[in-house]
Amino acid sequence: MGTITFIEHDQTEHVVKFKAGCSVMQIAVDNAIPGIDGDCGGECACGTCHVIVSDDWFRKTGTPGDDEEQMLSMTPERTGTSRFSCQIVVTDEMDGMTVRLPEFQM
Amino acid sequence: MTTLMQKNYQHEVILVGEEPHPPYQRPPLSKNYLAGEIDQESLYLKPLSVYENAGHHLRLGVRAEQIDRDKKTIRLSDQSALKYDRLVLATGSHVRTLNAPGADLKGIYYLHDIADSDALREQLLAGKRLVIVGGGYIGLEVAASATKKGVNVTVLEAAGRLMQRVTGPEMSEFFYAKHSNAGVDLRLNTAVTGFEAGDQGRVAGVTLADGGTVPADIVLVSVGVVPETSLAEAAGLPCDDGIIVDEFTRTEDPAILAIGDCTRHRNLFFEKMQRLESVSNAVDQARTAAATLMGEEKPYNSAPWFWSNQYDVRLQMVGLSQSHDQRVVRGSPGEDKGFAVFYLRESHLIAVDAINLPIAFMVGKTLVQQRRKINPEILRDPDIDLKSLVIGPQTSS
Ligand SMILES: Cc1cc2nc3c(=O)[nH]c(=O)nc-3n(C[C@H](O)[C@H](O)[C@H](O)COP(=O)(O)OP(=O)(O)OC[C@H]3O[C@@H](n4cnc5c(N)ncnc54)[C@H](O)[C@@H]3O)c2cc1C
Ligand code: FES
Repeated sequence: MGTITFIEHDQTEHVVKFKAGCSVMQIAVDNAIPGIDGDCGGECACGTCHVIVSDDWFRKTGTPGDDEEQMLSMTPERTGTSRFSCQIVVTDEMDGMTVRLPEFQM
Repeated sequence: MTTLMQKNYQHEVILVGEEPHPPYQRPPLSKNYLAGEIDQESLYLKPLSVYENAGHHLRLGVRAEQIDRDKKTIRLSDQSALKYDRLVLATGSHVRTLNAPGADLKGIYYLHDIADSDALREQLLAGKRLVIVGGGYIGLEVAASATKKGVNVTVLEAAGRLMQRVTGPEMSEFFYAKHSNAGVDLRLNTAVTGFEAGDQGRVAGVTLADGGTVPADIVLVSVGVVPETSLAEAAGLPCDDGIIVDEFTRTEDPAILAIGDCTRHRNLFFEKMQRLESVSNAVDQARTAAATLMGEEKPYNSAPWFWSNQYDVRLQMVGLSQSHDQRVVRGSPGEDKGFAVFYLRESHLIAVDAINLPIAFMVGKTLVQQRRKINPEILRDPDIDLKSLVIGPQTSS
Protein backbone atom coordinates (compact mmCIF):
# COMPACT_ATOMS: atom_id res chain seq x y z
CA MET A 1 0.00 0.00 0.00
CA GLY A 2 1.06 3.57 -0.58
CA THR A 3 -0.11 6.84 -2.04
CA ILE A 4 0.58 8.54 -5.31
CA THR A 5 -0.21 12.15 -6.22
CA PHE A 6 -1.47 13.12 -9.66
CA ILE A 7 -1.22 16.80 -10.55
CA GLU A 8 -3.46 17.88 -13.39
CA HIS A 9 -2.35 20.43 -15.94
CA ASP A 10 -4.39 23.09 -14.09
CA GLN A 11 -2.54 22.15 -10.85
CA THR A 12 -5.48 20.27 -9.29
CA GLU A 13 -3.99 17.57 -7.06
CA HIS A 14 -5.38 14.09 -6.49
CA VAL A 15 -3.82 11.96 -3.77
CA VAL A 16 -4.85 8.33 -4.13
CA LYS A 17 -3.98 5.01 -2.53
CA PHE A 18 -2.44 2.14 -4.45
CA LYS A 19 -1.56 -1.50 -4.04
CA ALA A 20 1.84 -2.58 -5.38
CA GLY A 21 1.71 -4.54 -8.61
CA CYS A 22 -0.68 -2.51 -10.71
CA SER A 23 0.22 0.15 -13.25
CA VAL A 24 0.06 3.89 -12.67
CA MET A 25 -2.43 4.07 -15.58
CA GLN A 26 -4.75 1.58 -13.85
CA ILE A 27 -4.54 3.55 -10.58
CA ALA A 28 -5.49 6.74 -12.44
CA VAL A 29 -8.37 5.08 -14.29
CA ASP A 30 -9.66 3.39 -11.12
CA ASN A 31 -9.80 6.78 -9.48
CA ALA A 32 -11.31 8.60 -12.46
CA ILE A 33 -8.38 11.03 -12.63
CA PRO A 34 -9.08 13.41 -15.52
CA GLY A 35 -6.22 13.64 -17.99
CA ILE A 36 -5.27 9.97 -18.41
CA ASP A 37 -7.24 8.00 -20.96
CA GLY A 38 -5.50 4.61 -21.13
CA ASP A 39 -7.56 3.60 -24.15
CA CYS A 40 -5.69 0.43 -25.11
CA GLY A 41 -5.92 -0.95 -21.60
CA GLY A 42 -2.18 -0.83 -20.98
CA GLU A 43 -0.82 -2.48 -24.14
CA CYS A 44 1.54 0.41 -24.94
CA ALA A 45 -0.44 0.63 -28.18
CA CYS A 46 -2.29 3.93 -27.99
CA GLY A 47 -0.20 6.64 -26.34
CA THR A 48 -3.05 8.08 -24.28
CA CYS A 49 -1.55 7.60 -20.82
CA HIS A 50 1.39 10.04 -20.84
CA VAL A 51 2.60 11.29 -17.44
CA ILE A 52 5.57 13.36 -16.38
CA VAL A 53 7.32 11.80 -13.42
CA SER A 54 8.95 14.20 -10.99
CA ASP A 55 12.74 14.19 -11.28
CA ASP A 56 13.45 12.53 -7.94
CA TRP A 57 11.13 9.62 -8.72
CA PHE A 58 12.25 9.03 -12.29
CA ARG A 59 15.13 6.89 -11.05
CA LYS A 60 12.67 4.53 -9.36
CA THR A 61 10.32 4.24 -12.33
CA GLY A 62 13.16 3.67 -14.76
CA THR A 63 13.52 4.71 -18.38
CA PRO A 64 11.11 3.87 -21.22
CA GLY A 65 11.48 0.68 -23.28
CA ASP A 66 12.06 0.77 -27.06
CA ASP A 67 8.45 0.86 -28.24
CA GLU A 68 7.52 3.29 -25.52
CA GLU A 69 10.44 5.54 -26.45
CA GLN A 70 9.37 5.62 -30.12
CA MET A 71 5.85 6.56 -29.15
CA LEU A 72 6.92 9.10 -26.54
CA SER A 73 9.21 10.80 -29.04
CA MET A 74 6.06 11.80 -30.93
CA THR A 75 4.08 12.83 -27.89
CA PRO A 76 3.49 16.57 -27.58
CA GLU A 77 4.54 17.97 -24.20
CA ARG A 78 7.16 15.24 -23.85
CA THR A 79 9.85 15.99 -21.23
CA GLY A 80 13.00 14.22 -20.09
CA THR A 81 11.05 12.36 -17.41
CA SER A 82 8.00 11.41 -19.48
CA ARG A 83 6.63 7.88 -19.34
CA PHE A 84 3.53 6.03 -20.42
CA SER A 85 1.86 5.35 -17.12
CA CYS A 86 0.68 1.88 -18.23
CA GLN A 87 4.33 0.88 -18.40
CA ILE A 88 5.10 1.83 -14.79
CA VAL A 89 4.26 -0.98 -12.39
CA VAL A 90 4.15 0.45 -8.89
CA THR A 91 6.19 -1.01 -6.06
CA ASP A 92 6.05 -0.17 -2.37
CA GLU A 93 9.16 1.92 -2.96
CA MET A 94 7.06 4.32 -5.01
CA ASP A 95 4.99 5.35 -1.99
CA GLY A 96 4.71 9.15 -2.06
CA MET A 97 5.48 9.52 -5.76
CA THR A 98 4.22 12.53 -7.70
CA VAL A 99 3.38 12.56 -11.39
CA ARG A 100 2.15 15.48 -13.49
CA LEU A 101 -0.33 15.16 -16.33
CA PRO A 102 0.03 16.85 -19.70
CA GLU A 103 -2.65 19.17 -21.04
CA PHE A 104 -3.62 16.74 -23.81
CA GLN A 105 -3.27 13.04 -24.52
CA MET A 106 -2.70 11.85 -28.09
CA MET B 1 -19.29 6.64 -17.11
CA THR B 2 -15.64 7.46 -16.55
CA THR B 3 -15.98 10.83 -18.22
CA LEU B 4 -19.12 11.56 -16.23
CA MET B 5 -17.20 10.74 -13.06
CA GLN B 6 -14.34 12.97 -14.13
CA LYS B 7 -16.73 15.78 -14.95
CA ASN B 8 -18.67 15.35 -11.72
CA TYR B 9 -22.03 14.71 -13.38
CA GLN B 10 -24.63 15.45 -10.73
CA HIS B 11 -27.42 13.11 -11.82
CA GLU B 12 -28.11 9.49 -11.04
CA VAL B 13 -26.44 7.06 -13.46
CA ILE B 14 -27.59 3.44 -13.86
CA LEU B 15 -25.89 0.89 -16.10
CA VAL B 16 -27.96 -2.08 -17.21
CA GLY B 17 -25.88 -4.95 -18.56
CA GLU B 18 -26.95 -8.39 -19.63
CA GLU B 19 -23.63 -10.04 -18.84
CA PRO B 20 -22.84 -10.93 -15.22
CA HIS B 21 -19.56 -8.98 -15.39
CA PRO B 22 -18.87 -5.31 -14.77
CA PRO B 23 -17.70 -3.48 -17.92
CA TYR B 24 -14.56 -5.15 -19.28
CA GLN B 25 -12.09 -5.09 -22.15
CA ARG B 26 -12.71 -7.50 -24.99
CA PRO B 27 -9.38 -7.25 -26.87
CA PRO B 28 -7.52 -9.64 -24.51
CA LEU B 29 -10.20 -12.32 -25.11
CA SER B 30 -8.41 -13.37 -28.28
CA LYS B 31 -4.92 -12.43 -27.06
CA ASN B 32 -3.33 -12.76 -23.60
CA TYR B 33 -6.52 -13.73 -21.75
CA LEU B 34 -7.13 -16.58 -24.19
CA ALA B 35 -3.50 -17.58 -23.79
CA GLY B 36 -4.04 -17.76 -20.02
CA GLU B 37 -1.51 -15.02 -19.30
CA ILE B 38 -3.83 -12.67 -17.41
CA ASP B 39 -6.74 -13.33 -15.07
CA GLN B 40 -10.37 -12.34 -15.37
CA GLU B 41 -10.17 -9.50 -12.90
CA SER B 42 -7.58 -7.68 -14.96
CA LEU B 43 -10.10 -7.49 -17.81
CA TYR B 44 -12.42 -5.32 -15.73
CA LEU B 45 -12.21 -1.63 -16.54
CA LYS B 46 -12.58 -0.66 -12.89
CA PRO B 47 -13.15 -2.34 -9.53
CA LEU B 48 -16.81 -2.34 -8.48
CA SER B 49 -16.10 0.01 -5.57
CA VAL B 50 -15.24 2.81 -8.00
CA TYR B 51 -18.75 2.81 -9.45
CA GLU B 52 -20.27 2.70 -5.98
CA ASN B 53 -18.14 5.57 -4.71
CA ALA B 54 -19.17 7.68 -7.68
CA GLY B 55 -22.84 6.91 -7.01
CA HIS B 56 -23.23 4.97 -10.26
CA HIS B 57 -25.39 1.86 -10.03
CA LEU B 58 -24.67 -1.31 -11.96
CA ARG B 59 -27.61 -3.60 -12.70
CA LEU B 60 -25.75 -6.66 -14.00
CA GLY B 61 -27.22 -9.86 -15.38
CA VAL B 62 -30.34 -7.96 -16.42
CA ARG B 63 -31.48 -7.38 -19.99
CA ALA B 64 -33.28 -4.27 -21.20
CA GLU B 65 -36.31 -5.67 -23.04
CA GLN B 66 -38.18 -2.66 -24.30
CA ILE B 67 -38.05 1.10 -24.51
CA ASP B 68 -41.22 3.15 -24.10
CA ARG B 69 -40.22 6.50 -25.55
CA ASP B 70 -43.49 8.24 -24.65
CA LYS B 71 -43.30 7.33 -20.98
CA LYS B 72 -39.46 7.47 -20.97
CA THR B 73 -39.24 4.07 -19.35
CA ILE B 74 -37.37 0.87 -20.08
CA ARG B 75 -38.67 -2.53 -19.13
CA LEU B 76 -36.10 -5.00 -17.81
CA SER B 77 -35.91 -8.79 -17.95
CA ASP B 78 -36.46 -9.05 -14.17
CA GLN B 79 -39.88 -7.44 -14.79
CA SER B 80 -38.90 -4.16 -13.18
CA ALA B 81 -38.92 -0.85 -15.02
CA LEU B 82 -36.63 2.16 -14.97
CA LYS B 83 -37.55 5.75 -15.74
CA TYR B 84 -35.03 7.85 -17.58
CA ASP B 85 -34.47 11.47 -18.47
CA ARG B 86 -31.67 10.57 -20.86
CA LEU B 87 -30.94 7.11 -22.23
CA VAL B 88 -27.64 5.95 -23.76
CA LEU B 89 -27.73 2.81 -25.90
CA ALA B 90 -24.35 1.03 -25.85
CA THR B 91 -25.61 -2.39 -26.85
CA GLY B 92 -22.55 -3.31 -28.92
CA SER B 93 -22.66 -6.16 -31.38
CA HIS B 94 -23.12 -9.90 -31.49
CA VAL B 95 -21.30 -12.47 -33.57
CA ARG B 96 -22.49 -13.29 -37.04
CA THR B 97 -23.43 -16.97 -37.05
CA LEU B 98 -23.04 -19.45 -39.87
CA ASN B 99 -26.32 -21.02 -40.83
CA ALA B 100 -24.83 -24.03 -42.55
CA PRO B 101 -25.71 -27.71 -42.13
CA GLY B 102 -24.19 -29.04 -38.90
CA ALA B 103 -23.74 -25.58 -37.38
CA ASP B 104 -25.19 -26.75 -34.05
CA LEU B 105 -22.72 -29.60 -33.53
CA LYS B 106 -20.69 -29.68 -30.32
CA GLY B 107 -17.17 -28.33 -30.60
CA ILE B 108 -18.11 -25.30 -32.73
CA TYR B 109 -17.24 -22.06 -30.96
CA TYR B 110 -17.67 -18.32 -31.39
CA LEU B 111 -15.65 -15.66 -29.58
CA HIS B 112 -17.25 -12.54 -28.20
CA ASP B 113 -17.35 -12.58 -24.41
CA ILE B 114 -15.54 -13.92 -21.35
CA ALA B 115 -17.54 -17.15 -21.31
CA ASP B 116 -16.64 -17.81 -24.96
CA SER B 117 -12.95 -17.22 -24.33
CA ASP B 118 -12.99 -19.49 -21.24
CA ALA B 119 -14.74 -22.26 -23.16
CA LEU B 120 -12.35 -22.02 -26.09
CA ARG B 121 -9.23 -21.89 -23.89
CA GLU B 122 -10.19 -25.22 -22.27
CA GLN B 123 -10.17 -26.84 -25.70
CA LEU B 124 -6.84 -25.49 -26.86
CA LEU B 125 -4.70 -28.50 -25.98
CA ALA B 126 -1.48 -29.43 -27.74
CA GLY B 127 -1.99 -31.79 -30.65
CA LYS B 128 -5.65 -30.92 -31.24
CA ARG B 129 -6.81 -29.75 -34.66
CA LEU B 130 -8.45 -26.33 -34.63
CA VAL B 131 -10.11 -25.05 -37.78
CA ILE B 132 -10.83 -21.32 -37.83
CA VAL B 133 -13.47 -20.11 -40.26
CA GLY B 134 -12.60 -16.50 -41.11
CA GLY B 135 -9.18 -14.87 -41.57
CA GLY B 136 -9.96 -11.53 -39.94
CA TYR B 137 -8.00 -10.10 -37.03
CA ILE B 138 -9.85 -12.07 -34.33
CA GLY B 139 -9.45 -15.38 -36.15
CA LEU B 140 -5.76 -14.69 -36.73
CA GLU B 141 -5.12 -13.64 -33.14
CA VAL B 142 -6.64 -16.92 -32.00
CA ALA B 143 -4.51 -18.76 -34.57
CA ALA B 144 -1.40 -17.18 -33.04
CA SER B 145 -2.46 -17.89 -29.43
CA ALA B 146 -3.41 -21.50 -30.26
CA THR B 147 -0.25 -22.21 -32.25
CA LYS B 148 1.83 -21.10 -29.27
CA LYS B 149 0.08 -23.82 -27.26
CA GLY B 150 0.95 -26.50 -29.78
CA VAL B 151 -2.50 -26.71 -31.37
CA ASN B 152 -2.56 -27.54 -35.11
CA VAL B 153 -4.37 -24.66 -36.76
CA THR B 154 -6.03 -24.32 -40.16
CA VAL B 155 -7.57 -21.00 -41.24
CA LEU B 156 -10.25 -20.96 -43.96
CA GLU B 157 -10.83 -17.59 -45.59
CA ALA B 158 -13.39 -16.98 -48.34
CA ALA B 159 -11.65 -13.86 -49.69
CA GLY B 160 -8.42 -13.78 -51.67
CA ARG B 161 -6.35 -12.39 -48.80
CA LEU B 162 -6.28 -12.13 -45.00
CA MET B 163 -7.89 -9.21 -43.11
CA GLN B 164 -9.14 -7.89 -46.44
CA ARG B 165 -11.83 -5.75 -44.91
CA VAL B 166 -9.46 -3.65 -42.79
CA THR B 167 -6.05 -3.52 -44.42
CA GLY B 168 -4.10 -3.38 -47.69
CA PRO B 169 -2.41 -6.22 -49.61
CA GLU B 170 1.10 -5.65 -48.19
CA MET B 171 -0.16 -6.25 -44.65
CA SER B 172 -2.21 -9.26 -45.74
CA GLU B 173 0.89 -10.80 -47.33
CA PHE B 174 3.00 -10.04 -44.29
CA PHE B 175 0.55 -11.82 -41.98
CA TYR B 176 0.18 -14.70 -44.42
CA ALA B 177 3.94 -15.27 -44.23
CA LYS B 178 4.01 -14.92 -40.42
CA HIS B 179 1.31 -17.49 -39.91
CA SER B 180 2.66 -19.91 -42.53
CA ASN B 181 6.09 -19.77 -40.93
CA ALA B 182 4.52 -20.54 -37.56
CA GLY B 183 2.98 -23.65 -39.06
CA VAL B 184 -0.60 -22.46 -39.62
CA ASP B 185 -2.29 -23.97 -42.69
CA LEU B 186 -3.88 -20.98 -44.44
CA ARG B 187 -6.40 -21.50 -47.24
CA LEU B 188 -7.61 -18.46 -49.12
CA ASN B 189 -10.53 -18.36 -51.57
CA THR B 190 -12.02 -21.17 -49.55
CA ALA B 191 -15.73 -21.10 -48.85
CA VAL B 192 -17.26 -23.24 -46.12
CA THR B 193 -20.49 -25.11 -46.82
CA GLY B 194 -21.09 -26.96 -43.56
CA PHE B 195 -19.84 -29.22 -40.78
CA GLU B 196 -19.49 -32.97 -40.58
CA ALA B 197 -20.57 -34.87 -37.50
CA GLY B 198 -18.37 -37.34 -35.65
CA ASP B 199 -19.11 -39.26 -32.45
CA GLN B 200 -21.66 -38.06 -29.91
CA GLY B 201 -22.82 -35.07 -31.90
CA ARG B 202 -19.33 -33.56 -32.02
CA VAL B 203 -17.93 -31.84 -35.05
CA ALA B 204 -15.37 -33.90 -37.00
CA GLY B 205 -14.75 -31.77 -40.05
CA VAL B 206 -15.55 -28.69 -42.07
CA THR B 207 -16.88 -29.16 -45.59
CA LEU B 208 -15.80 -26.86 -48.40
CA ALA B 209 -17.43 -25.55 -51.57
CA ASP B 210 -14.84 -27.36 -53.69
CA GLY B 211 -16.08 -30.65 -52.27
CA GLY B 212 -13.19 -31.20 -49.87
CA THR B 213 -13.30 -31.66 -46.09
CA VAL B 214 -10.90 -30.36 -43.44
CA PRO B 215 -10.79 -32.63 -40.38
CA ALA B 216 -11.31 -30.82 -37.06
CA ASP B 217 -11.49 -31.47 -33.33
CA ILE B 218 -12.51 -27.88 -32.62
CA VAL B 219 -13.94 -25.18 -34.89
CA LEU B 220 -13.95 -21.44 -34.27
CA VAL B 221 -16.31 -19.46 -36.46
CA SER B 222 -15.08 -15.88 -36.67
CA VAL B 223 -16.92 -14.25 -39.53
CA GLY B 224 -17.69 -10.79 -38.17
CA VAL B 225 -20.30 -9.13 -36.00
CA VAL B 226 -23.77 -7.70 -36.40
CA PRO B 227 -24.73 -4.51 -34.56
CA GLU B 228 -27.16 -5.09 -31.71
CA THR B 229 -30.00 -2.77 -32.72
CA SER B 230 -33.08 -4.77 -31.73
CA LEU B 231 -34.06 -2.52 -28.80
CA ALA B 232 -33.67 0.63 -30.87
CA GLU B 233 -35.50 -0.80 -33.86
CA ALA B 234 -38.44 -1.96 -31.78
CA ALA B 235 -38.63 1.56 -30.34
CA GLY B 236 -38.86 2.99 -33.87
CA LEU B 237 -35.45 4.69 -33.91
CA PRO B 238 -33.91 4.91 -37.41
CA CYS B 239 -31.43 2.07 -37.97
CA ASP B 240 -29.52 0.95 -41.03
CA ASP B 241 -27.03 -1.75 -40.07
CA GLY B 242 -26.46 0.32 -36.92
CA ILE B 243 -28.41 2.90 -34.93
CA ILE B 244 -28.15 6.19 -36.82
CA VAL B 245 -26.52 8.94 -34.75
CA ASP B 246 -25.04 12.36 -35.49
CA GLU B 247 -21.59 13.66 -34.52
CA PHE B 248 -22.89 14.39 -31.01
CA THR B 249 -24.06 10.74 -30.66
CA ARG B 250 -27.71 11.84 -30.73
CA THR B 251 -30.39 9.62 -32.23
CA GLU B 252 -33.56 11.03 -33.71
CA ASP B 253 -35.06 11.10 -30.19
CA PRO B 254 -33.52 14.01 -28.23
CA ALA B 255 -33.62 11.96 -25.01
CA ILE B 256 -31.71 9.01 -26.50
CA LEU B 257 -28.02 8.78 -27.40
CA ALA B 258 -26.20 5.77 -28.84
CA ILE B 259 -22.49 4.88 -28.85
CA GLY B 260 -20.01 2.20 -29.84
CA ASP B 261 -20.31 -0.87 -32.06
CA CYS B 262 -24.09 -0.53 -32.32
CA THR B 263 -24.03 2.83 -34.13
CA ARG B 264 -23.71 4.05 -37.66
CA HIS B 265 -22.44 7.57 -37.62
CA ARG B 266 -20.81 10.36 -39.51
CA ASN B 267 -17.49 11.67 -38.30
CA LEU B 268 -15.41 14.32 -40.01
CA PHE B 269 -13.15 11.68 -41.56
CA PHE B 270 -15.77 9.79 -43.49
CA GLU B 271 -17.64 10.95 -46.53
CA LYS B 272 -20.26 8.36 -45.77
CA MET B 273 -22.04 7.00 -42.75
CA GLN B 274 -19.79 4.46 -41.10
CA ARG B 275 -20.01 1.68 -38.55
CA LEU B 276 -16.83 0.81 -36.65
CA GLU B 277 -15.92 -2.09 -34.40
CA SER B 278 -13.12 -0.78 -32.27
CA VAL B 279 -12.26 0.33 -28.78
CA SER B 280 -11.14 3.75 -29.99
CA ASN B 281 -14.52 4.42 -31.58
CA ALA B 282 -16.38 3.18 -28.50
CA VAL B 283 -14.39 5.33 -26.05
CA ASP B 284 -14.37 8.42 -28.25
CA GLN B 285 -18.12 8.23 -28.78
CA ALA B 286 -18.55 7.63 -25.04
CA ARG B 287 -16.63 10.84 -24.30
CA THR B 288 -18.71 12.71 -26.84
CA ALA B 289 -21.92 11.37 -25.28
CA ALA B 290 -20.76 12.44 -21.81
CA ALA B 291 -20.14 15.94 -23.14
CA THR B 292 -23.55 16.00 -24.80
CA LEU B 293 -25.17 14.91 -21.52
CA MET B 294 -23.35 17.73 -19.73
CA GLY B 295 -24.73 20.23 -22.23
CA GLU B 296 -21.40 20.77 -23.97
CA GLU B 297 -21.19 20.59 -27.75
CA LYS B 298 -18.11 18.51 -28.52
CA PRO B 299 -18.42 16.74 -31.85
CA TYR B 300 -16.79 13.35 -32.39
CA ASN B 301 -14.04 14.14 -34.86
CA SER B 302 -11.03 11.99 -34.07
CA ALA B 303 -9.42 9.53 -36.43
CA PRO B 304 -10.18 5.95 -35.40
CA TRP B 305 -7.23 3.72 -34.50
CA PHE B 306 -6.76 0.05 -33.80
CA TRP B 307 -4.18 -2.54 -32.79
CA SER B 308 -3.68 -6.28 -33.03
CA ASN B 309 -1.07 -8.60 -31.50
CA GLN B 310 -0.05 -11.81 -33.28
CA TYR B 311 3.10 -13.69 -32.22
CA ASP B 312 5.88 -11.12 -31.68
CA VAL B 313 4.16 -8.73 -34.05
CA ARG B 314 2.22 -5.66 -33.12
CA LEU B 315 0.06 -4.08 -35.76
CA GLN B 316 -1.08 -0.52 -35.06
CA MET B 317 -3.45 1.23 -37.43
CA VAL B 318 -4.85 4.72 -37.61
CA GLY B 319 -7.45 6.11 -40.01
CA LEU B 320 -9.51 4.13 -42.51
CA SER B 321 -7.58 3.00 -45.56
CA GLN B 322 -10.36 1.68 -47.82
CA SER B 323 -10.70 4.71 -50.07
CA HIS B 324 -6.97 5.26 -50.76
CA ASP B 325 -5.61 5.84 -54.27
CA GLN B 326 -1.92 5.42 -53.40
CA ARG B 327 0.08 3.23 -51.02
CA VAL B 328 3.60 3.97 -49.85
CA VAL B 329 5.65 1.32 -48.06
CA ARG B 330 8.41 2.35 -45.69
CA GLY B 331 10.93 -0.29 -44.66
CA SER B 332 10.60 -3.88 -45.74
CA PRO B 333 8.46 -6.62 -44.24
CA GLY B 334 11.37 -9.02 -43.75
CA GLU B 335 13.38 -6.70 -41.53
CA ASP B 336 13.42 -6.58 -37.77
CA LYS B 337 13.24 -2.82 -37.78
CA GLY B 338 9.56 -2.87 -38.58
CA PHE B 339 7.73 -1.43 -41.55
CA ALA B 340 4.69 0.67 -42.32
CA VAL B 341 2.21 1.24 -45.10
CA PHE B 342 0.92 4.78 -45.63
CA TYR B 343 -2.38 5.22 -47.46
CA LEU B 344 -3.02 8.43 -49.38
CA ARG B 345 -5.96 9.85 -51.23
CA GLU B 346 -5.33 12.83 -53.51
CA SER B 347 -1.97 13.19 -51.75
CA HIS B 348 -3.55 13.48 -48.31
CA LEU B 349 -2.56 10.93 -45.71
CA ILE B 350 -5.71 9.04 -44.68
CA ALA B 351 -4.36 5.99 -42.87
CA VAL B 352 -1.23 4.24 -41.59
CA ASP B 353 -0.67 0.57 -40.75
CA ALA B 354 2.52 -0.01 -38.78
CA ILE B 355 4.22 -3.29 -37.90
CA ASN B 356 6.56 -3.07 -34.91
CA LEU B 357 7.11 0.57 -35.81
CA PRO B 358 5.20 2.57 -33.23
CA ILE B 359 6.69 5.84 -34.40
CA ALA B 360 4.92 5.51 -37.75
CA PHE B 361 1.66 4.97 -35.91
CA MET B 362 2.19 8.01 -33.72
CA VAL B 363 3.21 10.23 -36.66
CA GLY B 364 0.12 8.92 -38.45
CA LYS B 365 -2.09 9.76 -35.50
CA THR B 366 -1.08 13.40 -35.80
CA LEU B 367 -0.96 13.69 -39.59
CA VAL B 368 -4.17 11.79 -40.34
CA GLN B 369 -5.97 13.92 -37.80
CA GLN B 370 -4.70 17.05 -39.55
CA ARG B 371 -5.62 15.68 -42.99
CA ARG B 372 -2.27 16.91 -44.27
CA LYS B 373 -0.97 16.81 -47.83
CA ILE B 374 2.26 14.83 -47.82
CA ASN B 375 5.08 14.20 -50.26
CA PRO B 376 5.12 10.39 -50.61
CA GLU B 377 8.89 10.36 -51.15
CA ILE B 378 9.42 11.55 -47.59
CA LEU B 379 7.30 8.70 -46.29
CA ARG B 380 9.20 6.17 -48.39
CA ASP B 381 12.76 7.33 -47.66
CA PRO B 382 14.02 5.60 -44.51
CA ASP B 383 16.79 8.18 -44.18
CA ILE B 384 14.32 10.95 -43.56
CA ASP B 385 13.21 11.06 -39.96
CA LEU B 386 9.42 10.67 -39.79
CA LYS B 387 9.39 13.11 -36.91
CA SER B 388 10.36 15.90 -39.28
CA LEU B 389 6.90 15.61 -40.82
CA VAL B 390 5.32 16.81 -37.66
CA ILE B 391 6.46 20.36 -37.24
CA GLY B 392 6.23 21.81 -33.78
CA PRO B 393 4.13 20.34 -31.00
CA GLN B 394 0.74 19.34 -32.39
CA THR B 395 -2.13 18.22 -30.29
CA SER B 396 -5.06 16.21 -31.35
CA SER B 397 -7.47 15.84 -28.47
C1 LIG C 1 -12.19 -11.17 -29.22
C2 LIG C 1 -12.24 -9.71 -29.51
C3 LIG C 1 -11.05 -9.00 -29.74
C4 LIG C 1 -11.07 -7.64 -30.01
N1 LIG C 1 -9.87 -6.98 -30.18
C5 LIG C 1 -9.87 -5.64 -30.40
C6 LIG C 1 -8.65 -4.90 -30.50
O1 LIG C 1 -7.56 -5.46 -30.43
N2 LIG C 1 -8.71 -3.56 -30.67
C7 LIG C 1 -9.90 -2.90 -30.76
O2 LIG C 1 -9.91 -1.68 -30.92
N3 LIG C 1 -11.08 -3.56 -30.68
C8 LIG C 1 -11.09 -4.92 -30.49
N4 LIG C 1 -12.29 -5.59 -30.38
C9 LIG C 1 -13.55 -4.84 -30.58
C10 LIG C 1 -13.96 -4.10 -29.32
O3 LIG C 1 -13.89 -4.97 -28.22
C11 LIG C 1 -15.38 -3.56 -29.49
O4 LIG C 1 -15.36 -2.64 -30.54
C12 LIG C 1 -15.88 -2.87 -28.22
O5 LIG C 1 -16.00 -3.80 -27.17
C13 LIG C 1 -17.21 -2.18 -28.46
O6 LIG C 1 -17.71 -1.69 -27.26
P1 LIG C 1 -19.25 -1.42 -27.03
O7 LIG C 1 -19.35 -0.87 -25.66
O8 LIG C 1 -19.81 -0.68 -28.17
O9 LIG C 1 -19.95 -2.85 -27.09
P2 LIG C 1 -19.71 -4.20 -26.30
O10 LIG C 1 -18.34 -4.26 -25.75
O11 LIG C 1 -20.14 -5.27 -27.24
O12 LIG C 1 -20.71 -4.12 -25.08
C14 LIG C 1 -22.11 -4.16 -25.23
C15 LIG C 1 -22.73 -4.77 -23.99
O13 LIG C 1 -24.13 -4.52 -24.00
C16 LIG C 1 -24.81 -5.66 -23.54
N5 LIG C 1 -26.19 -5.63 -24.07
C17 LIG C 1 -26.58 -5.69 -25.37
N6 LIG C 1 -27.93 -5.59 -25.46
C18 LIG C 1 -28.39 -5.45 -24.19
C19 LIG C 1 -29.69 -5.29 -23.63
N7 LIG C 1 -30.78 -5.24 -24.38
N8 LIG C 1 -29.78 -5.18 -22.28
C20 LIG C 1 -28.68 -5.21 -21.50
N9 LIG C 1 -27.43 -5.35 -21.97
C21 LIG C 1 -27.29 -5.47 -23.31
C22 LIG C 1 -23.98 -6.80 -24.07
O14 LIG C 1 -24.23 -7.97 -23.30
C23 LIG C 1 -22.56 -6.27 -23.91
O15 LIG C 1 -22.03 -6.60 -22.65
C24 LIG C 1 -12.31 -6.96 -30.09
C25 LIG C 1 -13.50 -7.65 -29.88
C26 LIG C 1 -13.49 -9.01 -29.59
C27 LIG C 1 -14.77 -9.74 -29.36
S1 FES D 1 -2.73 2.74 -22.02
FE1 FES D 1 -2.37 2.72 -24.15
S2 FES D 1 -0.27 3.23 -24.23
FE2 FES D 1 -0.63 3.21 -22.11
